[in-house]
Amino acid sequence: MIWLTWRQFRVQAAAAYGLLAVAVAALLVAGRPLPGSGVTRLAPADGTLYSAGIVAVYALPALAGVFWGAPLVSRELETGTHRLVWNQGVTRTRWLVTKVAVIGLAATSAAGLLSLAVTWWAGPLDAASRPDTIRPVGAAMPDAVSFAARISPLVFGARGIVPVGHAAFAFVLGVAAGILLRRTVPAMAVTLVVFAAVQVAVPFAVRPHLAPADRQTVTITMANISKLGVNGTERLEELAVAGPPGAWVLANETVDTAGRVVAAPSWVADCARPPGQAALPTADEACFARLAGLGYRQRLTYHPAGRFWALQGIETALFLTLAALLTWLCVRWTRTRLP
Amino acid sequence: MSAVLRARHLGKRYKQRWALSDCTFEVPAGHVTGLVGPNGAGKSTLLNLAAGMLTPTSGTIEVCGGVPGDGPAQLAKVGFVAQDTPVYASLTVADHLRLGARLNPGWDDALARRRIERLGLDPDQRAGRLSGGQRAQLALTLGIAKRPELLILDEPVAALDPLARREFLQDLMEAVAEHGLSVILSSHLVADLERVCDHLVVLVASQVRLAGALDELLATHHRLSGPRRDVATLPADQEVISASHTDRQTTLVVRTEAPILDPAWTVSGLTLEDLVLAYLARPAGAGSAGRPALTVLR
Amino acid sequence: MEGAVIEFHLDGRSGVSPYLQIVQQVRHALRLGLLDEGDRLPTVKEVVARLAINPNTVLKAYRELEHEGLVAARPGVGTFVTRTLADASLAAHAPLRQELRRWLSRARRAGLDDESIEALFMTTFRTAAREDIA
Repeated sequence: MIWLTWRQFRVQAAAAYGLLAVAVAALLVAGRPLPGSGVTRLAPADGTLYSAGIVAVYALPALAGVFWGAPLVSRELETGTHRLVWNQGVTRTRWLVTKVAVIGLAATSAAGLLSLAVTWWAGPLDAASRPDTIRPVGAAMPDAVSFAARISPLVFGARGIVPVGHAAFAFVLGVAAGILLRRTVPAMAVTLVVFAAVQVAVPFAVRPHLAPADRQTVTITMANISKLGVNGTERLEELAVAGPPGAWVLANETVDTAGRVVAAPSWVADCARPPGQAALPTADEACFARLAGLGYRQRLTYHPAGRFWALQGIETALFLTLAALLTWLCVRWTRTRLP
Repeated sequence: MSAVLRARHLGKRYKQRWALSDCTFEVPAGHVTGLVGPNGAGKSTLLNLAAGMLTPTSGTIEVCGGVPGDGPAQLAKVGFVAQDTPVYASLTVADHLRLGARLNPGWDDALARRRIERLGLDPDQRAGRLSGGQRAQLALTLGIAKRPELLILDEPVAALDPLARREFLQDLMEAVAEHGLSVILSSHLVADLERVCDHLVVLVASQVRLAGALDELLATHHRLSGPRRDVATLPADQEVISASHTDRQTTLVVRTEAPILDPAWTVSGLTLEDLVLAYLARPAGAGSAGRPALTVLR
Repeated sequence: MEGAVIEFHLDGRSGVSPYLQIVQQVRHALRLGLLDEGDRLPTVKEVVARLAINPNTVLKAYRELEHEGLVAARPGVGTFVTRTLADASLAAHAPLRQELRRWLSRARRAGLDDESIEALFMTTFRTAAREDIA
């Protein structure tokens, strides 16, 4: 059965691993960028590679689901070959489990290898991540370009071991769609849509709750304020401070002495006007001291940078569990629902 | 006589429609059984049930003493060549033989190779480029080299030209002679089955109308023609299968074990085709004991 | 092994069952001297592969021939002719044919066409056969 799986899959496997080899070679040849050592800007080529790496690691599981998962059963049903192969001396269950195991292994390995390469290459950039703060007039330019923390929603899914879980899940999702819809093209479309929806939903609805978040209440100062938004009627819209370096900030709220979430008084807006908008002082420490004196503090809810691998492990396990569950359902459906 | 297939009140429903209902019959081992019926009578459904591709909605079906499709041992006992003889278009002929060898414990590789060689198939040819006849032969090779106890073929020759049809049936019969396997094959054309079958199952409108050994069926069915008379006056042991009347003449197809002694009748035999057609035309629900519910009056 | 001496063929429209056609063809060949004692009949597999017919049909025909004492099966080797039907009757063919010819020319002179001759012959043949049985 492994032989048949391999025989039917080898061309696609060769194509996919060929592309993967090209991608890894490109990263190796380009070498790791080294920001922070006096470099203020990243070379354009490195910038492209940085973005392309994220896109590639996100795309690979989706492609595995669409092109390997969805046609796995539906193509057999469309061409009628299931009637040939299911009447040999091998049960449908063994047929399906072998196929899912072999191709699933190929998909997860590819995702793992690509993620490993991209994570290695982007390592220095991820390490150079610092929180953005409002820069007072006259302050020196930062010594390095700042990048999103690797624990932040977008980057997290393109680093570490999570892509392996994504690939396993997307692949089995494709198989399940193929079994339920019985037609390849609709199954591919549904796989893509559902997987994309899951990729969007998980960082916002699921990942924050995978582990209890840390909380910290800080005094708002000129040094840590990162956002100050004012609308046309001079009302304060937004106030945020920078979290710890490399952390994923989930909530950034102003609280009063009693710990209630409140809006900061609107005059705070004048404490740090961007230069050129007003004649007022651009960095008024006294202004912030007055705010602190009134009992206003900023409360941060966040996952610290050090929780990266814990979250990676939990999310990977979650997706692998989902994949296993879906596989079990696929086996059941193949036995009972298919002709 | 041991049965290779036993159906008891077998039924299969697709959504609202019963493709097969309340079928009770047996197919003896060691025979070539023809399953005949018009398109849509449920032939494919019955064969797919026997191969375990479908599960019954009601009743039971037992094939080679087991539940169809239930585990590797049962799969090894039954070969199935599905309608339109599907093969993997991108795999070569040799790949198909390797597939058979890897997936079947009882695979007879020498037999498969001999057949492919004799058929003149190029082992390196992709199956997608084979003609319909060659594809059917490849599918048959997989079915035979598996060395099953029972080989089920669903309309195997329907899509073939007369020459390919003949070659296919020759090879099938040769395998039957050589390995003594039981065969069930379906066709909507009686002519295909006339020579190759020695047992017959007639399926009409999702029900089994007739089942039995071909010789016996031909020996017990007669065409009677004579002066016009009412079918109700026939002896009780003569079951009327079909009846047609003109003003002066009556023509009947009857089934009886006893000789026909009435001198008024001109008695002649029936070909298989006549026999099947008589049953196909027979109105549904005409019981074995009853007279035909409708007769044609002119 | 030596090849079989005769080949069978089937007439699909004769209305005669395939097994009976095989029996008749063997008898016919025996009568005409085409088959002799010791000749091997085609194996079941050979017949089946050539005619695309059910092996049981061939087996049934061979059993019938065996029952009549015309052939004998030697397991693993084949089915062989044990008796010929050509003996005395073959010698009688020539004079009978001559008489039949004379009868045919008389019939033509009496104005019968081919179809009428055939019909007359067949009805007489059948009536005579029936009387023999009775």
